[in-house]
Amino acid sequence: MVKFLLNQSATVIDQIDPNTTVLDYLREHLYRTGTKEGCASGDCGACTVVIAEAEGDKLTYRSANACITAVGSLHGKQLITAEDLKHNNQLHPVQQTMVDCDGSQCGFCTPGFIMSMFALRKNSQTSDPHKTIESLGGNLCRCTGYRPIVDAAEKMYEVPCEDHFSRSEKKVVEALNTINKEQPEVALSNAGKHFFSPASVADLANLLLEYPQAKLLAGGTDLCLEFTQFLRDAEVLIYTGRVRDMAQVKLTDQYLELGAAVTYSQSKDALVDLYPDLHELIERLGSLQIRNQGTIAGNVGNASPIGDMPPVLIALNAQLLLRKGEQTRLVAVEDYFVKYKVTVLQTSEFIEKIIIPRPEAQQLFRTYKISKRLEDDISATCGAFSLQIDQGKVSDIRIAFGGMAEIPKRAQHCERAILNQPWNKQTIELAASELAKDFTPITDFRASAEYRLSVSQNMLHRLFLELEQPTIQPVRITQYA
Amino acid sequence: MRNLPNPPMGDGNTAVNGTVGTGQKHESAHKHVSGEALYVDDQLLPIDGLHAYVGLSTVSRGLIKRLDLSAVRAAEGVVSILTLDDISGHRDIGPVFPGDPIMVNEGDEVQFHGQVLFAVAATSYKLARKAAALAEVEYESLEPSVTIEQGLDQQNFVRPSHTQQRGSAQKVIDQSPQRLEGDFRIGGQEHMYLEGQASLCVPAEDGGMLVYCSTQNPTEGQKLVAEVLDIPMNLVTVDTRRMGGGFGGKETNANQWACLAALLAHKTGRAVKIRLARADDMKATGKRHHFLSQYKVGFNDHGGILGLDMSLSGGCGNSPDLSDAIVDRAMFHSDNAYYLPNVRVIGHRVKTNTVSNTAFRGFGGPQGVLAIEHIIDRIARAVGRDPLDVRKENFYTDEGERNTTHYGQKIEQHIIADLVERLEKTSNYRQRRKQIEAFNQTSPILKKGLALTPVKFGISFTVQHLNQAGALIHIYTDGSIHLNHGGTEMGQGLFTKVAQVVASEFQVHVDSIHCSATRTDKVPNTSPTAASSGTDLNGMAAKDAAIKIKQRMVNFACEHFLIKSDKVKFCSGEVIAGDQHFSFSEFVQLAYMNRVSLSATGYYKTPKIHYDREKAKGQPFFYFANGAAVSEVLVDTLTGENKLLRTDICQDVGKSLNPAIDIGQIEGAFIQGMGWLTTEELVWDDQGRLLTTGPASYKIPAIGDAPTEFNVELLPDSPNAEATIYHSKAVGEPPLMLGISVWSALCDAVASLRNHKLSPLLDAPATPERILKACNELRARAM
Repeated sequence: MVKFLLNQSATVIDQIDPNTTVLDYLREHLYRTGTKEGCASGDCGACTVVIAEAEGDKLTYRSANACITAVGSLHGKQLITAEDLKHNNQLHPVQQTMVDCDGSQCGFCTPGFIMSMFALRKNSQTSDPHKTIESLGGNLCRCTGYRPIVDAAEKMYEVPCEDHFSRSEKKVVEALNTINKEQPEVALSNAGKHFFSPASVADLANLLLEYPQAKLLAGGTDLCLEFTQFLRDAEVLIYTGRVRDMAQVKLTDQYLELGAAVTYSQSKDALVDLYPDLHELIERLGSLQIRNQGTIAGNVGNASPIGDMPPVLIALNAQLLLRKGEQTRLVAVEDYFVKYKVTVLQTSEFIEKIIIPRPEAQQLFRTYKISKRLEDDISATCGAFSLQIDQGKVSDIRIAFGGMAEIPKRAQHCERAILNQPWNKQTIELAASELAKDFTPITDFRASAEYRLSVSQNMLHRLFLELEQPTIQPVRITQYA
Repeated sequence: MRNLPNPPMGDGNTAVNGTVGTGQKHESAHKHVSGEALYVDDQLLPIDGLHAYVGLSTVSRGLIKRLDLSAVRAAEGVVSILTLDDISGHRDIGPVFPGDPIMVNEGDEVQFHGQVLFAVAATSYKLARKAAALAEVEYESLEPSVTIEQGLDQQNFVRPSHTQQRGSAQKVIDQSPQRLEGDFRIGGQEHMYLEGQASLCVPAEDGGMLVYCSTQNPTEGQKLVAEVLDIPMNLVTVDTRRMGGGFGGKETNANQWACLAALLAHKTGRAVKIRLARADDMKATGKRHHFLSQYKVGFNDHGGILGLDMSLSGGCGNSPDLSDAIVDRAMFHSDNAYYLPNVRVIGHRVKTNTVSNTAFRGFGGPQGVLAIEHIIDRIARAVGRDPLDVRKENFYTDEGERNTTHYGQKIEQHIIADLVERLEKTSNYRQRRKQIEAFNQTSPILKKGLALTPVKFGISFTVQHLNQAGALIHIYTDGSIHLNHGGTEMGQGLFTKVAQVVASEFQVHVDSIHCSATRTDKVPNTSPTAASSGTDLNGMAAKDAAIKIKQRMVNFACEHFLIKSDKVKFCSGEVIAGDQHFSFSEFVQLAYMNRVSLSATGYYKTPKIHYDREKAKGQPFFYFANGAAVSEVLVDTLTGENKLLRTDICQDVGKSLNPAIDIGQIEGAFIQGMGWLTTEELVWDDQGRLLTTGPASYKIPAIGDAPTEFNVELLPDSPNAEATIYHSKAVGEPPLMLGISVWSALCDAVASLRNHKLSPLLDAPATPERILKACNELRARAM
């Protein structure tokens, strides 16, 4: 069974198809229709709910796309939907502000916006335009043009944060702790389909040995599309989100270690501390809802050729700790990908953690993402560049791209044209032309092959401009955002 | 009712809120934010209700050799299957002209990828979808015609071409001091209403049907459901409380799903709900027409246009749908705000094997406006002037012939020139132009662009008979007012505005008025809520109904109190009869006790309009709505990525009924127009299959795409000269075209690479890829 709080009510689910999403559970099982389906693919935010978890004696509130959240992952958490905000027949301050600012027109996206704003309000004490955009970038509105919503997200801070959620926070934390202490077998079974939610790496490893065909469910931001878009149910799902050891972010003398269940949101600060240029990339990767659920290991694990983190991890020479049963091995991220959607991962083997080296003293790192829309868009191409320049010469370089081949991969010709060469315009020109030998990109609806190659070459020019001292003018439009 | 309700407390002699001119909140705002506002899919299905889904064609053109549904029939949960053979009534649901078969059957020719082959009803949504995927279909593939160019080559049209002309364009162009010619491509647009197509049909007595439908056009849905079921219209009721966005995408495109669900409900005797998954919605429903503009223009050395010869070819998809009127509207707007002394405009309705394109906010108008704005930009660079000055050079004025459009309509109210002058000042256009030039000189990679573009948009359906509306008002004995009209609520605030009209007429608080779902059994024979006409038409109809009831109340007061009619006043929630003051509800009760009818219908038809299509002359529009926008963009010339930094808008809405709602319409339309011309790219493969079938691949603007600085002003002190509802103007569509300022500013930024002497080749949408290509081409082009 799976036990959670639906707002304040202890709720147990037992007999349900484990492929059921939280959205379908709300709408079709509970007839709670305030949460809307706009796309069922995590791209519009109409279904945004807030999931609260106990951390110490506090709750952390995170927005999530209910349409791509498996219902089993709710165990031990509090699920809050737009209906729950109204209290004693009074709108919640976030709701009232939205009304006051004329923030809704057709109203279909509104509950989703409200929930993203509610999470934002719970997580910050003052308004910050940058945070507003970051928090609401995954909520599409087709009517308003967003200005009144931005206003509402600013004005909601004029009302104190105290609400019926803060008043019941202690009680909710206790209730969640009780659920999490009970340690029942967290599992669902229905008509031959199973969901398991192990609490330890060993249990996870054993389950995968027992069910080699099982689908590993981390954030589910990609896997759940199988259910909602392609109607392909999984027979066995094993959820990693409750595996304690895999939820760790650990900084050692040499490495940053990210457990495979660590989400983008949980690792963002640690990553950006080491490599500040990841700030822009992570904020442009999916939406906050996606980053709250999605894991970096999942981005590597599903072996999509257009994932944004694989080129970064390859450029940073990161490694993966893989486990099968009790056996573990280390594999460099660059060696992990074999061909389109094929990896070195064996049956029953899984990624346990990602190990990222700390930067060297002279190491320079830049990453550029190119997409049609700046926010929440899949890259046409994404390049990552790590280099060291020693007395005007390049002493080390690693360049990797996503979106340029059937797997994320290094640009070896390009690297060779730079390594041990003086860091100047001529080198860059040559390296850019060598890049054409590294990749034969495809044409699809995101971009043509020519564009992919040409902007990737242009990234080298931008890299050169950005590293030139002193920078004369900003060369990225995001610096104006 | 033997005794009357107690009049509500606090009623009467209070300040009346929510009359016209105030920023009354959207009537459903408090329900939107709490999730209590119900959309079709939120309604509970009756206990034995079924879910329908459709099987779609997987080729864009081909003969269906075999349609084997045995696996569908045998699938879990399946209760019924529907093919064309099951339909005894009409099988073509074309809204104006035939050409839209409700389904195609074995032996028929598939006309587009995503065409409905069959429908299935099952016990759950998921089971219905899974079952629909099990059909086995064999096609004999036929060569599809996919692009406008292919259709033009084959002279393959869904409707005959139409020409509007004045003077002798070709001759004048040939003799002009300067000439330009070119082809310009304008992309289509997916509506991406957040709520997809949905209908719920409940069988009623006598073989009738109650249809809950997310539609802009309940009456057409009613008619078509009646026709496919082969029953009279009086047995079908369509109910539309609200839509989660429409934008034209539910004007005709809601009908098919309602009809299919009704047929399955009729066949099974059970309620049937249908809701399209996003990807199927995008494949199977029409979009904004993409266009090819081919033109020759002659002009003087100041950039004044002397002659224009333009052909506008709209990609209509496989059937006429509304394309006749849509391409007409593109032609009607190919002048935008400019006087074209000698002009010929030909509009072609090109047939392609793609989904039939349909209404979308602006209805062809935006494509016409963009086509001429592109030309103006090119002319400006050719003569070396700021595009704003060339725009001004060409504005309509009230001097002689210069006040008459190429289709013969005289422009009565000249607003554009002053409006643009005002915006130029408030936006600090000239100074910013200089600052931008300075920025561009020192910035190596990032370039800024600036543009001011105007809009003049004709208001009225160009199909004359659609310009009518009805309303129904009941006043109950507690003084509460029930309002119903033929317009539908899709977020635009129509219900709010019409309630404000009624509140103003009776001088009561708007909260005492309840506007209920649009229903064909309350107000019949309604026009679609489209063409920006919702408030103009329904507001007037509701006003008419209110005046009728008021008149009865006045007549009663005169008889009852033996006073003259000028001694009866409705004011501040009261009815004043001579020297007696009654709260509105007290007076209503008095009237009721004295047997006065407190219910009335209202009706309105737009005056003055006519268009002679044979002569291509007339006055198709009751009036014009005007506006202008200035946008400043930043372009990354290494990638084509860009950002909108600032937009200033001034929009003429006449005397605003609700400034808050009007500003909301303007901002929303602007962003939607910007999306159309920037990130929103529909991509088909060469076999006519749509590749961008969801928000992951089709990118509408997100919150960060809104300009950092966004100033919107309603043009003050500019009441509509025509007798529209309280002298307001329509606002739904016109501001969409303000988004053209962003496209034009992007062109300006790219043109800065060659000091604004050359014009970039930048088709719409200006995706980063197209912008980079334009940058590269411009850098390499010889002077």
